[in-house]
Amino acid sequence: MAKSVTQEFTKGLWAEIPPFRLVLGLCPILAVTKSVENAIGMGVAVIFVLVGSNVLVSMLRKIIPSKVRIACFIIIVATFVTVVELLMQAYTYPLFLKLGIFIPLIVVNCIVLGRAEAFAYKNGIIPSFADGLGLGIGFTISLTALAAIREVLGSGTFYGNQIFGPSFQPFNFMVEAPGAFVCLGLMLCAMNSIGKK
Amino acid sequence: MREMLKMIIVLTVLCSFSGGLLAALRNETMEKIENQQLEFVRGPAIRDILKGSSNDPIADRFKIKVGETEKSFFVGKFDGKTETVVFESTGKGFGGDIGLMLGVNIADDKITGIGVTTHSETPGIGSRAQTDPRFAAQFKGVLLTGDFKVKNEGGQVDAISGATVTSKGIAVAVTEAAKTYTSLKPQLAEKLKGFK
Repeated sequence: MAKSVTQEFTKGLWAEIPPFRLVLGLCPILAVTKSVENAIGMGVAVIFVLVGSNVLVSMLRKIIPSKVRIACFIIIVATFVTVVELLMQAYTYPLFLKLGIFIPLIVVNCIVLGRAEAFAYKNGIIPSFADGLGLGIGFTISLTALAAIREVLGSGTFYGNQIFGPSFQPFNFMVEAPGAFVCLGLMLCAMNSIGKK
Repeated sequence: MREMLKMIIVLTVLCSFSGGLLAALRNETMEKIENQQLEFVRGPAIRDILKGSSNDPIADRFKIKVGETEKSFFVGKFDGKTETVVFESTGKGFGGDIGLMLGVNIADDKITGIGVTTHSETPGIGSRAQTDPRFAAQFKGVLLTGDFKVKNEGGQVDAISGATVTSKGIAVAVTEAAKTYTSLKPQLAEKLKGFK
């Protein structure tokens, strides 16, 4: 039996939350989670691309020949990513400078392409929209959670605001790449132990 | 055969649609992006040079065609007079081109300040050209004319120790700026009158 639209949406928030359940899209999650601000910016960009490409792929799924489907997906995804990049440059330039190369890299983000191939190509427009939105929001929540831990421990701030007194000694390890790995590993571990009953 | 044709048509239509959309969006956002880049990349240097001016130098700018390219000039207003103009020049550094903003007062041809905008110099060594105010300060009040060279080449520029190549690059950039300024001075004076 086909799942309802609500189920398609909510699965992205817990049951299939990327990257903790699907373990996809690790490259940006390790790179942009130094601060909550970056994480939210990246998350919003991914939501836009994911929803847009899912809807468009689903709309065109009957006319895209299966032999060249990956090429078509790439064109659609790349178009949306370039739109995001241009809009970010035009309206939120400082954020664009911080995220830098990771915005164009959304093109090769496994989540976006993976959803186009695994879901949108086989389902209708409304479920695809719900799927994209759910997974996108799930991705943003994961990024923000990881960024919150890293930013609070690593630089003693949250969303750029100082939260500890001046005597706080920043745990520098957390804002560097290995810190991201360790932190992500511990979070995966926690998620798995909650999930398994 | 039919399948092949369909593949070609779908891909072509998709590509051209995507290309058209992006081109249109790029045209739409081009001006906005240029403003943003000015504000966040060149803005700090421009505002630093024109500290205390009573206008917004980034809004009050004009362009003059130099050869094939258009150069932007930023106007600074002091004591009700628009006599200071800031523009960008480049020189070769140790790691690539160095972008240099240079302010000059057209009444007495003296440099009012310089500031490095973009560079790819070694952090902590060549990058001091951007961060060390003492290096930039030596250009202040110097006549913007002729060649600028570092001291060990017989010039007047006091190089940053350990970063001779960077210092030379900046000297070249200032020399370039002097050439541009000398050749464009009549035009600049004409344009600046329009901002009064």
